[in-house]
Amino acid sequence: MTTADWLLSLMWLALTAYVLLGGADFGGGFWDLVAGGSARGRHQRELIEESIGPVWEANHVWLIFVIVLCWTGFPAVFAAVSSTMYIPLTLAALGIIARGASFAFRKASTGLARRRLFGAAFAGSSVLTPFFLGTVAGGVASGRVPIGIAEGDIVTSWWNPTSALAGVLAVAVAAYLAAVYLCADARRAGSAVLLGAFRRRAIGSGFAAGAIALGGVLVLRRDAPFLFSGLTTVALPVVVLSAAAGLTSLALLVRGHYLVARVSAALAVAALLWAWAVAQYPMLLLPDTAIDDASARPEVLQVTLLVSAVGAVLLVPSLLWMFWLFQRPAPRKAEPG
Amino acid sequence: MAGWQVLADAATPGDLMAARMQMGLSLGWHIIIACFGVGMPAITVFAEWRAIRTGDEVYELLAHRWAKAMGVLFAVGAVSGTILSFEMGVLWPGMMETYGQVIGLPFTLEGFAFFIEAIFLGIYLYAWDRLPPRVHLLTGLPVCVAGVASAFFVVCANAWMNQPRGFDLENGTLTGVDPWAAMFNPATPPQTTHMILAAFMVAGFGMASVYAVAILRGRRDRYHRLGFAVPFTVAAVLTPVQIGVGDWAAKFLATNQPAKLAAIEGLYETTAGASLHLGGIYRDGELHYALEIPNALSLLAHWDPGATITGLAEVPAADRPPVNVVHWSFQLMVAMGVALLVLGLWCLLVRWRRKRLPESRWFYRFAALSGLAAVLALEAGWVTTEVGRQPWIVWGVLRVEDAVTPVPGLGTGLAVVSGVYVLLTAATLYVLRRLAGTPLPLAPQEPGPEPPTPERGEP
Ligand code: HDD
Ligand code: HEM
Ligand code: HEM
Repeated sequence: MTTADWLLSLMWLALTAYVLLGGADFGGGFWDLVAGGSARGRHQRELIEESIGPVWEANHVWLIFVIVLCWTGFPAVFAAVSSTMYIPLTLAALGIIARGASFAFRKASTGLARRRLFGAAFAGSSVLTPFFLGTVAGGVASGRVPIGIAEGDIVTSWWNPTSALAGVLAVAVAAYLAAVYLCADARRAGSAVLLGAFRRRAIGSGFAAGAIALGGVLVLRRDAPFLFSGLTTVALPVVVLSAAAGLTSLALLVRGHYLVARVSAALAVAALLWAWAVAQYPMLLLPDTAIDDASARPEVLQVTLLVSAVGAVLLVPSLLWMFWLFQRPAPRKAEPG
Repeated sequence: MAGWQVLADAATPGDLMAARMQMGLSLGWHIIIACFGVGMPAITVFAEWRAIRTGDEVYELLAHRWAKAMGVLFAVGAVSGTILSFEMGVLWPGMMETYGQVIGLPFTLEGFAFFIEAIFLGIYLYAWDRLPPRVHLLTGLPVCVAGVASAFFVVCANAWMNQPRGFDLENGTLTGVDPWAAMFNPATPPQTTHMILAAFMVAGFGMASVYAVAILRGRRDRYHRLGFAVPFTVAAVLTPVQIGVGDWAAKFLATNQPAKLAAIEGLYETTAGASLHLGGIYRDGELHYALEIPNALSLLAHWDPGATITGLAEVPAADRPPVNVVHWSFQLMVAMGVALLVLGLWCLLVRWRRKRLPESRWFYRFAALSGLAAVLALEAGWVTTEVGRQPWIVWGVLRVEDAVTPVPGLGTGLAVVSGVYVLLTAATLYVLRRLAGTPLPLAPQEPGPEPPTPERGEP
């Protein structure tokens, strides 16, 4: 592997972390949206809020890290994607603003009307943001973003069958991850009703995501032949792994093994991302921009990898501690002072 | 589907203007919140430390209150920062395509600082009742350090735009990059120091303003006095230091970015023994209606009343920044800095002579405005820096019109983004006001006094 390959792998790892962690936060917003009227959906919303609250900001930083690694390691790709994809990226950025801010605002406000308003903004943008990010991914994967500044079509690059597929898939996957993760949280909170609700949702959205992915193969065959041929040849084992892990997670949910189900669901989604990477390797931007054509100078790649390795020493233990801390049962709310 | 293939290779002047306005708006918005992210954790952790040391409940209450506001501000800061990293590429692909890798190092480091800040802030805010007090206090420290570090890193990147170093260019392609030299460019020391101090001033005066208003409304209990005194002291002590550092920044410009200094001062001809001008409007190579202090500019810029100051005449007309904007925003910044200095001295004098806080209502009226003044100085400083760099996006290397994206319709983007920021501003102010208005006491992790939904009392 070249230095550029290493940096790309790091970036893909960060993207995987974003999809698995940040994606689930979006999915929480999806379930918030469909939880029903404020009385009926209240307990679900509380559970979602409690699970997301302490961790969403850290989860969100993965996206920033991906972006920064992209412009550091592959500046020409960054310029090409962000100029051609100007519209969906701006919409996704606005969605990110609406979601993060309204989540925090809802937490800090009182009174039904305001909480409802902020809640609706939070939930709505939780669906739109992954959709638009997905359309960007679909446009890149179907070869609609050539190298160069704004060389692609600024509308059809993200408004096309593969982008639509990827956008919907992103929403479904986010919902599935969130529901699976929330099962264990519901059990810890000791609520059989919530557990049942999220288990049904996890299984339902798992099937939906699987169906979209399967049906999507037909779309890709017509609309993204390069990706299709990669997925059905070199990347086939990874695709199979994804499907197997997804089915396993559903079986685990049915049998009540919620923690292992999380791992299995995460594996299913991660494998989907890596299947894309494997299918497209070594092309970064279709039709003819390979990794080495678009990477930064070697000295930059080396410094970035070095700094990331040092940073990881600080980051990984901190992250693990955070997750560990908030996965333990909540103590009785202590009166301050 | 009909495609909107981009035909033009260059943005129209209107689109360029829209891109600059959008960048300025989102940066100018983000920076205010970011200042609280830099300064507020330290002040909050200080209050918590006092509470643990002395068992003083008032300090504990203050720490809780500030932590709660920090939760809201941090969320807003994180999302408004995210749009900035999108905009670097969406609006300025011409810069990122070539130089993204040159300034990637400070941004990568900043990414780690953000992680540490977000992780420990999550812990600090939500684990108040899950950790022993001392451990909880310690979890605040990484937040303080990472906040200052992220300000440092991002301003390194901005300093590079003023003093581009660490790369070799041949016919428009990079042939060598030294990321460390790019990050630690000559503008880094004055700019980062000035910015970090500004952040503490904005946070300190901003927090103090809230309590000054309460004191004016007659709430003079210990809670409000301490809530005022702690952040106010931090900010007031730093003000003279900040003015000294600002002088350093100006001296730096005199030797390193003379065109910017000339714009700041509205100086057209290169002059020995140049005078300092207060106010005035620049037209046809001259400042009209300005108050003139002989030799003061040379003295300030070089510690020598006879020193020569480079004027705008030395740079080609096409390379000159717009003088009036730069001149006036600089004046505004300095005026606010001096005003805040006077306010701090007033407080100091009363405390020294009478051993208590001032009681004059006028003092609190001004103190109530101090947060706004610090924000004005901050924004004016950035306008000075960024507009003073024009027409370069990377000084002397790349022009803004060559960096901007050629896609059409940036005006629409600007309109949409502006609308979102108006809503965001209104909602942020509203929520913060509600927080300030909730009765005491309240733990940071508690939702609030009213029930979130009507059916309170349900199991
Ligand atoms: C509370 C905020 C604040 C206050 C009171 C001051 N400044 Fe400032 N100034 C900033 C906040 C700021 C800033 C927003 O942080 C800037 C923008 C870029 C930077 O690095 O700092 C800045 C930039 C800036 C620059 C341009 C630097 C460059 O472009 O490289 C100069 C010359 C000064 N300042 C000088 C001063 C002087 C002489 C002051 C004396 C009163 C002063 N500043 C007070
Ligand atoms: C620290 C990192 C910063 C970076 C990397 C950065 C980058 C940029 C870029 C790329 C542009 C567009 C090109 C140009 O017009 O020169 C710009 C413009 C601008 N920035 Fe900055 N900036 C930074 C900090 C700030 C901050 C904190 C402010 C706060 C007010 C600010 C205010 C502006 C304004 C007002 C413009 C528009 C300039 C004009 O109208 O001529 N910048 N900046
Ligand atoms: C002088 C200018 C700047 C300073 C001092 C600054 C400082 C900060 C700080 C302290 C935070 C933490 C959030 C908070 O506490 O509210 C933050 C967030 C952020 N900033 Fe800025 N920033 C500046 C300009 C920029 C620029 C130019 C960019 C991008 C190009 C940027 C990108 C971000 C991002 C992506 C976040 C979110 C990180 C997270 O999720 O925690 N910032 N900034």
